[in-house]
Amino acid sequence: MSIAGWTLVFVVGSFALYSAIAVASRVQTTSGFYVAGRGVSALANGMATGADWMSAASFISMAGLISFMGYDGAIYLMGWTGGYVLLALLVAPYLRRYGRYTIPEFVGDRFASQTARLTAVACAVFISFTYVAGQMRGVGVVFSRFLTIPVEYGVAIGGIIVLLYATLGGMRGITYTQVAQYCVLIVAFLIPAGAISWMMTGTPIPQIGFGSPLIEGERAGVALLRAIDQIHTDLGLPEYTGAFLAGKKTLPDVFAITMALMTGTAGLPHVLIRFYTVKTARLARWSVMWALFFIAILYTTAPAVAAFARVNMIQTLHNTPFAEAPDWFRNWAATGLIRFTDRNGDGLMQYSEGPGAELAIDRDIMVLANPEIAELPAWVVGLVAAGGLAAALSTAAGLLLVISASVSHDLLKSFLRPGMSERQELVAARLSAAGACVVAIIVGIYPPDYVAAVVAFAFGLAAASFFPALVLGVFTTWVTARGAVAGMIAGTGFTAVYIGWFKVFEWSGPEAWWFGISPEGIGTLGMLINFGVTWFVSRRTGPPPPDSAKMVAMLRGER
Amino acid sequence: MPRTSPPRRDAWKRSLRLIAVLLAVWFTASLGLGVLLAEPLNRIWVRGFPLGFWFSQQGAILIFLVLLVVNAIAMDRIERDADQPEDTEDPS
Repeated sequence: MSIAGWTLVFVVGSFALYSAIAVASRVQTTSGFYVAGRGVSALANGMATGADWMSAASFISMAGLISFMGYDGAIYLMGWTGGYVLLALLVAPYLRRYGRYTIPEFVGDRFASQTARLTAVACAVFISFTYVAGQMRGVGVVFSRFLTIPVEYGVAIGGIIVLLYATLGGMRGITYTQVAQYCVLIVAFLIPAGAISWMMTGTPIPQIGFGSPLIEGERAGVALLRAIDQIHTDLGLPEYTGAFLAGKKTLPDVFAITMALMTGTAGLPHVLIRFYTVKTARLARWSVMWALFFIAILYTTAPAVAAFARVNMIQTLHNTPFAEAPDWFRNWAATGLIRFTDRNGDGLMQYSEGPGAELAIDRDIMVLANPEIAELPAWVVGLVAAGGLAAALSTAAGLLLVISASVSHDLLKSFLRPGMSERQELVAARLSAAGACVVAIIVGIYPPDYVAAVVAFAFGLAAASFFPALVLGVFTTWVTARGAVAGMIAGTGFTAVYIGWFKVFEWSGPEAWWFGISPEGIGTLGMLINFGVTWFVSRRTGPPPPDSAKMVAMLRGER
Repeated sequence: MPRTSPPRRDAWKRSLRLIAVLLAVWFTASLGLGVLLAEPLNRIWVRGFPLGFWFSQQGAILIFLVLLVVNAIAMDRIERDADQPEDTEDPS
């Protein structure tokens, strides 16, 4: 059977599974809709969190990015896993002890302020929409390449599946489809990774193959990473494993980006709400551990895949005549994601980087193209396509729930229509989930140009808004409502202006970056500004009302 | 001040100490060995990996996982000693 045939089998099969779960996990209560009735086990919650968190970016883009970044790829690997340590130690169990349904609700209650709650709603909705756009683009890429279905139909089909289980089952439906999606995506990631590791280093475990010698080719017997460093040196590129070399990121920038991604992870609402779905604070801690366990399986494999892909790609393409280019190269060239320009007219493809390069290769295709590059059977390629869709759809669903709960619970129920009955709130929640889904489909079909630019913004914003508010809310008693609001506004305002200035409008170049920190890492500074402003304003407007001490004692389990 | 029970306040102090230790390891393993010291550590190759690179792309993640297991077990013990309630009910 062809690649398209197998892809169709896996995609239709997995979509049928998700739909069946959706119908089986319908809910009738707001508690079921928002927090799955708090009946999820730590293991299932960990798995669901893994799928929720690992987006199209983790599955489709990350290994490809690392493959082109070498050492610098560590910002994603450490940044997107280190945040779970912060979550487990500083946030998740306390959030669960508080209970209730949303993150803005926590912020509003802890600081006894509707303004704080509304500020948090604005941040949550903005972060989530930014993210959804990226997921939908991932869905489009998979459909257009593997099923030769126009991108619009692909996005619409994926969107309707999410619409089905998000509106029927709310958090309950999302949780159990995410468990299924985790299984699909991790199998789809590990099978080709293991096969490639086996072919190149003789061990099927990629994490071990990563440090093993190559078994074939002109560099047989040389350790994989040494071989890549040599290839890079021969091509005049900075060493793959080298840190802070010319042409790579600087130390302060790597530090700041890693920190911003870690603290951003610990402040992303769609991840945070997952810890409301278990019974106790204790189970919240164990869920974070399981979540990191399931994430680490993919995150320790991805850098190995990146290294294998690096060797494979350069060895199959460099100095190969264009006329003899492999099949996968032609397939991807047809989508426009690979381009060859014969600049020196010798008919050979020379690999280099920078403005004069003959080969332009989109980073996003490496994981999807990898099984084809390694000449794995067609069914593996189809499985990878289904895995990419699982990663994108599971994250999209979690984000849509945040948007839906922000509208129905934080805006309508607490602010605009406090008299709503539970039935009415549930209808409102379903309608806003459906509405958000339709917007996501439209954004996926007509992706705005700034999507890539604002993804950095989502993390920076989460780091500069929620993380300090949550941590100070649990670990200090002196923060006042005005302090918290001023901190969130100053932190996000600064981050927004910096990213807008350097990344969206590009009014200045990298030479003007503060302390050498790129817009991706500026959330770290925004977070520090948030902490500073919160402290300063709380000093002037304190002390906080006596009730807040009671709530803090409850969060800490002191009473 | 709200009424707080002495063993539970003690439990909070113990968990603060635990958090401080775990955060110190978290920082050292990732931003310390994987970033600040990456350059010198990269000169040492162990089993096919330059050490700084290994910490930043493999080691840090594995250490994070160990930290979370330690945290979950140690916090269970602290809460059991303090006889803390299992908060099963939704506060309303």
